Amino acid sequence: MRSHDMQWEAVIGLEVHVQLATQSKIFSGASTAFGADPNSQACAVDLGMPGVLPVLNENAVAMAVRFGLAINAEIPEYSVFERKNYFYPDLPKGYQTSQMAHPIIGRGEVEITHGEGHSKLVRIHHAHLEEDAGKSLHEDYHGMTGIDLNRAGTPLLEIVSEPDMSSAAEASAYLKALHAIVTYLGISDGNMAEGSMRCDVNVSLRPAGSKTLGTRAEIKNVNSFRFVEQAIAFEIERQTDILEDGGQIIQETRLFDPDQGETRSMRLKEEANDYRYFPCPDLLPLMLDSAYVDHQRTLLPELPTEKRHRFITELGLSAYDAGVLVATRPLAEYFEQVHAVCGNAKLAANWVQGDLMGRLNHDNLSVRESPVSATQLGELLLRLEDNTINGKGAKQIFADLWERRGESADELIEARGLRQVTDSGAIESMVDEVIANSPIQVTQYREAPEDKRGKMIGYFVGQVMKLSKGTANPQQVNALLKEKLDALL
Amino acid sequence: MHDKTLAELARGLAAGQWSSRDITTALLDRIERLDPALNSFITVTGDQALQDAEAADEARARGQAGILAGVPLAYKDIFCTEGVRTSCGSRMLDNFIAPYNATVIDKLRQAGTVSLGKTNMDEFAMGSSNENSHYGPVKNPWDHSLVPGGSSGGSAAAVAAGLVPAALGTDTGGSIRQPAAFCGITGLKPTYGRVSRYGMVAYASSLDQGGPLARTAEDCAWLLNVMAGHDARDSTSVSRSVPDYTSELDKPLDGLRIGLPREYFGEGLDEGVASAIRDAIRVYESLGASVIDVSLPHTELAIPTYYVIAPAEASSNLSRYDGVRFGHRCENPETLEDLYKRSRAEGFGEEVKRRILIGTHTLSEGFFDAYYRKAQQVRRLIRQDFLDAFQQVDVLMGPAAPTPAFPLGETADPVQMYLQDIYTIAINLAGIPGISVPAGFVGHRPVGLQILAPHFAEAHLLNVAHAFQQATDWHQRRPDVDSPDPR
Repeated sequence: MRSHDMQWEAVIGLEVHVQLATQSKIFSGASTAFGADPNSQACAVDLGMPGVLPVLNENAVAMAVRFGLAINAEIPEYSVFERKNYFYPDLPKGYQTSQMAHPIIGRGEVEITHGEGHSKLVRIHHAHLEEDAGKSLHEDYHGMTGIDLNRAGTPLLEIVSEPDMSSAAEASAYLKALHAIVTYLGISDGNMAEGSMRCDVNVSLRPAGSKTLGTRAEIKNVNSFRFVEQAIAFEIERQTDILEDGGQIIQETRLFDPDQGETRSMRLKEEANDYRYFPCPDLLPLMLDSAYVDHQRTLLPELPTEKRHRFITELGLSAYDAGVLVATRPLAEYFEQVHAVCGNAKLAANWVQGDLMGRLNHDNLSVRESPVSATQLGELLLRLEDNTINGKGAKQIFADLWERRGESADELIEARGLRQVTDSGAIESMVDEVIANSPIQVTQYREAPEDKRGKMIGYFVGQVMKLSKGTANPQQVNALLKEKLDALL
Repeated sequence: MHDKTLAELARGLAAGQWSSRDITTALLDRIERLDPALNSFITVTGDQALQDAEAADEARARGQAGILAGVPLAYKDIFCTEGVRTSCGSRMLDNFIAPYNATVIDKLRQAGTVSLGKTNMDEFAMGSSNENSHYGPVKNPWDHSLVPGGSSGGSAAAVAAGLVPAALGTDTGGSIRQPAAFCGITGLKPTYGRVSRYGMVAYASSLDQGGPLARTAEDCAWLLNVMAGHDARDSTSVSRSVPDYTSELDKPLDGLRIGLPREYFGEGLDEGVASAIRDAIRVYESLGASVIDVSLPHTELAIPTYYVIAPAEASSNLSRYDGVRFGHRCENPETLEDLYKRSRAEGFGEEVKRRILIGTHTLSEGFFDAYYRKAQQVRRLIRQDFLDAFQQVDVLMGPAAPTPAFPLGETADPVQMYLQDIYTIAINLAGIPGISVPAGFVGHRPVGLQILAPHFAEAHLLNVAHAFQQATDWHQRRPDVDSPDPR
C-alpha cells in the first residue's frame, strides 16, 4: 500500500445506460433486435424523415416504473420528454429525445454487497428515459463513414447515482447490483458485450475526511465490470500522482482503453456543447397516476436483495452461498427449482455452485443453456438424499445427464445398475468374500499398530466397492469391515 | 366548372351531370394555361390525377363512391405525398420524395378525392407573403402585382383563381387565414390537435395545424369531416369523436353573442378593412346576433411570444436537414462541419436562416429562462384571455389581417412583415379554431373577416361562417383571371 492511499479518498459516481428489452423502439414501431443488417431496422421515424412524429412506447414506461419501484424510488406523477439538440451524423433528427428537468424516476437507493460481508446503500439521484443514437462505421468505406441507424431510437434508461462509492470494488459491486435488478425485472438482457448496459464513470479525489468534492474526470462508455474496476483504479492512481506532485486535476472527458488498461483525455469541458434542452412539443407530458404505479408494483418479481435475505433466514444458507446464488435470476431460479425437487437446500446449493457451475464455466455456457435441467438435478439429488445412490454414483449420473445419455436420474441409475446396495446380508457376503481373498492384507492388518489400521481398512473398502460395482453403501461397508477385521485380531 | 364550389361539384358528380374525368381535365387545362403567371403550383401531378379521376368514376359507376369521390384537390407542398416530391418550398427538399403519405392525405385519398398537385408556399411555412419560396413568389389572382399572403399562398391563389375547388394549407401563425383573406376565399384553422400533423413537415410543432382553404364554409365543413380525428401516429392529436360538421351549418344564429376584441380594432388597422369588418358585423346583427365589446389584454404580447416559441421549435425541427441522409447536400464536402455548414447555407433561404438563428439563440444556456420560459408563461396568459372572453361570448370576430394584400416586394423589413400576423397569431398560441371568410373589398382587394370559437367548437364556427355566406355574396366574387392582365 502506498502512503498516499491514506491521504486521498476517491469519490465515484456512475451514470449507467440500460437498454430496455422492448420489442420495438421507444418512439417508433421498428424492431430492436440485435445484429440485423445495417439500416434494416430503422423506419421513417428513426431516420428523422420530414413530417414524421414520435409515439411513446408504453412498455418502456412500464419498465422504467418497475425499475423505480425496485429501488424504492419516488415515481413522480408528471415527467417531461425534452430535446437535447446537437449535430452528429448518427443522430438523425439533430436532437436526442431525453428527459432532464422532470425525469420519470426520482430519488431511490440500491444495496450493494462486496468482499467479506460489506454492504452499503448507494443513493440514486434519478433515472430517465431516452432514445439511443445510431452508430458510425468507420471501417470498410475507403476513408468515408457509414451510418447504421438500427440502434437509433432504442430505449435507454439512464440511471444516475450519487457519488456514494469510494473504491473500484464498490463501483463494480454497484454495477453488478444494478445488473441483477434489471435482469431480475426482465427489463434488460443486461448483455454488456452487446452494449445493453454501459456506463460513464465520474471519479474525483479529495483529502480523506474532507467534505468538499474535488475536480472530477468523466470516463465515457465503459462496458464491463472488469473495465470499470480497471478504469477507476487507473484513474485514482493518475489523479493521486498529479495531486501528490502538487498539480491540479482538470475537468475533462476521458476514454478507457481496455488494451492498454488506461484512460485517455477525449475532450475538455470548455469544448462541451450547449444542448439547448427544451420540452419536446411532439410529446405530451407523461402523467402516471397511483393506480398505474400500483399495478406495476403487482408485476414485480422477488428481487435479489429480498431473495438473498430469504435464502439465509429461511433456507439456512451462508451469506456467501446466498450471495452467489442470487447473482442472476436464472441461477437463483435454477437453484430454487433444484431445492423444490430435492428438499435439501444445502445439498442443492453445494451441487449448483460446485458441479453445475463448474461444468457450465468449463463449457462456457449460461445456466439457461445447461444440458442438465433443474428438475433433472433435483431428482438426482433426491436419490442421493434417500441413499438410492452414493456420492460417487451421483457424479457419474450427473456426467451422463450432462452428456444427454438419458432423461432422468432414475432411468440412468437403473440402466447403469447403480442402485446402492443397502441389504446388509448382501454386503456381509461381499465383505466375507474380500476378507477370504486377501490373506496377505489381513495378516498385515493384524500386525499393524492400532493407529495405522484405520488407514489400512481403505484397501478392503475399495475391494468391496469394486466387487459391488460401486453400488454398496460405503458407510455400511466400512462398519462391517471394521467389525469383521477387528474380530480376527 | 371552375366556378363551382366543392359541394356543387360533388353534387354534380352524384347526379351524373359530369364525371371526375371531366372536372379533372378541365382544371388541368386551366392550370396549364393560367398557372405560369400565378405560380401557385410547385408540382402538377396530371397523370396521377387522371388515373385517380377514372378510378373514382369507376367506383361511382359501381355504386361504391363516397360523397367526395372524384373531387379534385391540391395540397400545400408541406404535406408528404408518397412518390411525389414534397419540397416545402425549399431548395433543401427540392429532391425529396417521401415514401409515405401524411395522415390527412391518406384520409382524403381513401375518400376518393383526386390530387392535382402540390401548391407553392413560403419556405418551411415561414412567411406572410409567399415571397420566401425557393420556387418564386405566388401572384395574387386579384392583381398580379400583389402578394397572395403566406405561407399557404399557393393554395389560396389556386382556389381563388379557380384552378382547384379547394386545397389544404397549414396555419402556424395565420398561414391559412391570412392568405384566404388576401385572396377572397374561406380558410379554416382547426383546433390544435383536431387534425393529425403526421406527415406534415414541421415548422413549429406546438402551433402548426393543417386545414382546408375553399370557397365556402360549407366546403370547409365537408373537408374537415374527412381530415379531423385522432391519429395514433401523432401523440398531440386529440382522442375525441368527430362530429358531422355539415349537420349544424343551417342552424339559425338567434341569440348569438359576438365579442369584438377592442385590441383588434386599434392602431395599424387599415380604415378600409375596418369599415368592411364593421359592415360584416352589422350583417350578423341583422341575423339576430348581439355584439359585445371584449378585451384580450395580452394581445400585444402575442407577436413577441410567437417569435420566441416558433423559431425555438423551428431551430430544433430543422436540424434534421443536415445533408447526411436526404435532401440537399453540398458538393465535395471536405469535413463533417463543412458538410453541415455548406449544405445548410445553400439549402435554406434567408428567412429560414433568420428564424433558426433566433431560435438557437433563445434556447441557449443563459437565455432560455429570459426568452423561452418567459414566452411559455405569456402563452398561458394569452390562452387564458380567450378562455375568459368565451365566458361572455360565443364567438369573437375581427379582421384576419390589418391590411388587404400588399404589393410584392414592398415589405423588406422582416419585423414589419411579422406584424401582418397580429390578429392571427394569438389564436395559434391559444390553440383555438379560427376561420377567415370573404367580407368585402378595399378597392379591388379582398378583405377577410376572422371568426374565432372555443376549442373544438368548429361545428359552431362553421355554422356562424355559413350563415354569413347565406346572407352575403362576397364569397361568390371571382377575380377576372381569364383576362391577360387582371387589373
